[in-house]
Amino acid sequence: MGLFDKLKGLVTKNREVKETSEELNTYDKGLTKTRDEFVSKLNVLGIKYTKVSDEYFDELEEILIMADIGVNVVTELIKKLRDRVKSENISNTKELNETIVDELFLIYVNGESLTDKINMASEGPTVILMVGVNGVGKTTTIGKLANKYKNDGKKVMLIAADTFRAGAVAQLREWSERVGVDFFGTEEKDPSSVIFDGLTKAMENNIDIVLIDTAGRLQNKVNLMNELSKMNKVIERIVPGAPHETLLVVDATTGQNGIMQAKAFKEITNITGIVLTKLDGTAKGGIVLAIKNEVNIPVKFIGLGEGMNDLQPFDIENYIYGLFKDMMN
Amino acid sequence: MFEYLGDRLSNAIKNISGMGRITEENINDAIREIRLALLEADVNYQVVKSFTDSVKEKALGMEVQKNIRPDELFIKLVKDELISLLGGDEAPLNTKGNPALLMLVGLQGSGKTTSAGKLANYLRKKETKKPLLVACDIYRPAAIDQLKELGKQLQIPVYEEGKNSPVDIISHALDYAKENNNDYVIIDTAGRLQIDEKLMDELKSIESTYKPQEVILVIDAMMGQDAINVINGFNEALNLTGCIVTKLDGNTKGGVALSIRQLTNVPIKFVGDSEKLDGLSKFYPTRMAERILDMGDIMGIAEKVEDIISEDEAKNEAIKMKQGKYDFEDFLKNIKQIKKLGPLENIIKMLPQARKMGLDKVEVDPKQMAHVEAIIQSMTPYERKHPEVLKASRKKRIASGSGRSVEEVNRLLEQFEQMKKMMKMFSNGNMKMPF
Repeated sequence: MGLFDKLKGLVTKNREVKETSEELNTYDKGLTKTRDEFVSKLNVLGIKYTKVSDEYFDELEEILIMADIGVNVVTELIKKLRDRVKSENISNTKELNETIVDELFLIYVNGESLTDKINMASEGPTVILMVGVNGVGKTTTIGKLANKYKNDGKKVMLIAADTFRAGAVAQLREWSERVGVDFFGTEEKDPSSVIFDGLTKAMENNIDIVLIDTAGRLQNKVNLMNELSKMNKVIERIVPGAPHETLLVVDATTGQNGIMQAKAFKEITNITGIVLTKLDGTAKGGIVLAIKNEVNIPVKFIGLGEGMNDLQPFDIENYIYGLFKDMMN
Repeated sequence: MFEYLGDRLSNAIKNISGMGRITEENINDAIREIRLALLEADVNYQVVKSFTDSVKEKALGMEVQKNIRPDELFIKLVKDELISLLGGDEAPLNTKGNPALLMLVGLQGSGKTTSAGKLANYLRKKETKKPLLVACDIYRPAAIDQLKELGKQLQIPVYEEGKNSPVDIISHALDYAKENNNDYVIIDTAGRLQIDEKLMDELKSIESTYKPQEVILVIDAMMGQDAINVINGFNEALNLTGCIVTKLDGNTKGGVALSIRQLTNVPIKFVGDSEKLDGLSKFYPTRMAERILDMGDIMGIAEKVEDIISEDEAKNEAIKMKQGKYDFEDFLKNIKQIKKLGPLENIIKMLPQARKMGLDKVEVDPKQMAHVEAIIQSMTPYERKHPEVLKASRKKRIASGSGRSVEEVNRLLEQFEQMKKMMKMFSNGNMKMPF
């Protein structure tokens, strides 16, 4: 049974029981804009071409590229679709829709089990390091994560190691006050020594989860990237086995640069997952498919707004379901 | 900047070289490559389509001219099309009005606050204006602090009223500007999604109340295909007069820079090209097209250099280089000047054929510069002028004096000799320009 059937099952079940899970609802709401344009385009395509043809594939390619899925992935996908059209004798474009969903899902899963869970320390604090290029929403994401873990009953501390951007420390402090969690930040300019002092304090105060904010860095800046590996050494020295997670924050509006970002950060530090932010706009965030396919890093959370609660664990089925929901009714 | 796109385009064009004439068949491959290159650089899908169609049509219609190779003609064609894509002529900032009012708008994280600081710095330095920064991002935590901090670093005044309504803040800011003789007022607004009606209404009411001379969209060079929705959303709600493309200093693909003019007719006025507060450059379509095609931006380098070296100094140096008399004293002086230029990589990349020579991959570690400086400073003045006297014992002394190894001293001496040779070649005109 393909994914399509499974999702269809979800839709039917929801309709029958009149009961939607909260999680699906958030996706649904957050992805409305994302989905509207994408799906209406695919629908128009289905009306324009009832039969599969070269022109149909050209336009399908355009729609997928416009979703930032990336030229390589799209080319590969179109080739697979053409093969399946031939081997399975598909002539109806409506039938092909199911195949598209299936193949997109397969690209993401790529034969591996998906780990969207956060790796927690068995004892001592769990350290989560947030990295990314400038302006993707690292600080805001930390605020949201802090809120999530606080609600889970954890003792949370935020460490302000973005010593570069003006106002960054103040921004994080304001988040800590808003959420009501511990905060560590100093006037110190060396991020590694801020982390050193902050983690030491976290150990003393029996903190469960430490979230470290770092300066935005463009992936081609050697020094800043080196600074990141120094931070890792300091973290490991104070909390053995840490950081337990290093999350790369990626803006959903990012185009093919996202792949380069993921590659460059992965070289310097062990990126364990991606947080895809700003998915509440019109961006399709198709870049996550390309990143998973080319760099093999899974998405762990998505950001769907500026509020404290607008962060959701990522679930590929829900994501693709969100994109294609209307097509399956 | 645009290295990736440039490399791909150059490869596409290479396919044409060596062919007697351009035919539909042999051009199809090149066009396909160009199409992929542009799409992978996040150029808008429709723009790519019309660009490739137009290049193809014009290429097939090109008259064969004597003495000009078809690939040269083709490169020129691509360059001209790129220039028109980028907007043709440059679009200067409107500085009329007393005070002139400029509003920066855009998505969250596109770099509005940083650009506000950079722009104020630019206006003071290059247009001798007396700018005032106004903090109207009343939503993002600590956004006001960020602008104040930038103001402090630049010693440019920042007007703020905490979380008061932006329309009121601006009214008071204008009074403040008149009292203090500020002739340029830059408004930093909160980041917002173009589909957020409530927040877009806030911008509309600022625009209709104060009629700013400039409404500038700040857009991230890393944006993908969604850029069109963002640009159109802002442009429909407001009368955009221009835009600033930020973060063009990463090896960003920057497709949005190639799409915006074609899609909306809104000109690019500036690009953000480094994290430093002087990292904002005026945007010149022709120079940018030449850089994309690895033809270099000599004018751009000259302008940057002019800021820190006087013409006489430059002339003297050129003569020394030509005569091969350039020594370590000159080199030391240049290192100090270069430091003021900002990241050296950015300058090197502006040289013609930088990518072909692999110079775009050069990464300069400021520490290495410091090591070089230390080594030269450990030489005696005589040694600096006559490096040929440096033998084993002197090298050993220099090494221990600078805390570096003898190998490093040797390497520097070798590189210095090579550099001198290159300088001679350049100044004697033996180095062929590519186009």
